Amino acid sequence: MKVLNIVEAAYRGTLEEQDDTVIWICTAMKGAKADIDVLLRGNAVNYAVKAQDAGGLSFGGREQTQPPKIADDVVRLKAQGVKIYVVEDALRERGIEPSELIDGLALISRSKLAKLFGDYDQVWHW
Amino acid sequence: MSKTFTFALMDAPFENARSTTALRLIDLAIKRGYNVNVFAYEGAVYLPFAKQAQHANAVHGRSVEEENHPLPRAWIAAIMNEAAGKGIKVDWVNCGLCVDERGAGEAIDGVRRGGPADFWKFAESSDNTLVIGTK
Amino acid sequence: MAGYLLIESHDPFENNIVARQYDLAVNLVKEGNQVTLFLVQNGVLPARPGTCSSLLTNTARAGVEVLADDFSLRERGIAPSRLTDGIKAAPLSIVIDYLADGRKAIWH
Repeated sequence: MKVLNIVEAAYRGTLEEQDDTVIWICTAMKGAKADIDVLLRGNAVNYAVKAQDAGGLSFGGREQTQPPKIADDVVRLKAQGVKIYVVEDALRERGIEPSELIDGLALISRSKLAKLFGDYDQVWHW
Repeated sequence: MSKTFTFALMDAPFENARSTTALRLIDLAIKRGYNVNVFAYEGAVYLPFAKQAQHANAVHGRSVEEENHPLPRAWIAAIMNEAAGKGIKVDWVNCGLCVDERGAGEAIDGVRRGGPADFWKFAESSDNTLVIGTK
Repeated sequence: MAGYLLIESHDPFENNIVARQYDLAVNLVKEGNQVTLFLVQNGVLPARPGTCSSLLTNTARAGVEVLADDFSLRERGIAPSRLTDGIKAAPLSIVIDYLADGRKAIWH
């Protein structure tokens, strides 16, 4: 069974979780031999930006020692063999330049998503 | 043999309409005679939290008994009882790490702890899977 | 040809991705698939004739079966007789039936 996992919501609880929990569960499922790929759409296309930096938070002097490093997590997922699709219209709309992105992404236009879904047995929108 | 569906849920109770719609779907699946797997991820681990308690409603002038406040844990327990009565399986897995970080360890009977590998196994062995993501 | 069930729980008044989900439904039809767009929760709000309802009517005209959860409609005081063209009220159990039929089910 081949599944496409769609991530749309971005930076939702990522500081408390120290992860994006959908990128995280995809990584865990891939570790359990799941046949999956990921599509970033909407604000989640920002997860492909290299320069993300959530470091430096502290509360009452208690510092966060492991801030989320979402770009690194996406790179890790890709290194496991998961194809990372990113909606290029959403990048353009947000003014994200190609040079800002991590390497090895599969850019796809919004108009081609219907065709892409046909390549998967299931499509899970988290 | 009856079909089996898997649902992945992410929302805590009392925060938005998705948790109620999810329970409506699970209830309907049971009524249709289908087995159901549930993977409760993130805030959804609070859906079967055993410590949910009813309260009165002074704005409406209702006592605890009159208000009869819905508790998702009670709805889930009722769904599980109905399924058991029909010989149908409801397998509810709470994501263990999500339980830990939220302190949601006390769940109603019939809920077990698990992780992403359980969800993938559920999905692989089901006839269909619906992920109800959060916003 | 595959069957798709797109469940839309958001409305285009507050969420600008929703119109894209309607477009996705139409594009899936163009790819030769059987597609149902099932509106639930606030997703039923544009089913009442208003500024966004033509989006749904056009989606239906493009070959998408557009259904609205009858409970969500009643909860919001939208009479089935008042729905915009192309939309029908339907019970939530249709989602279970379509899951049983093996439709690829996508919740938004």
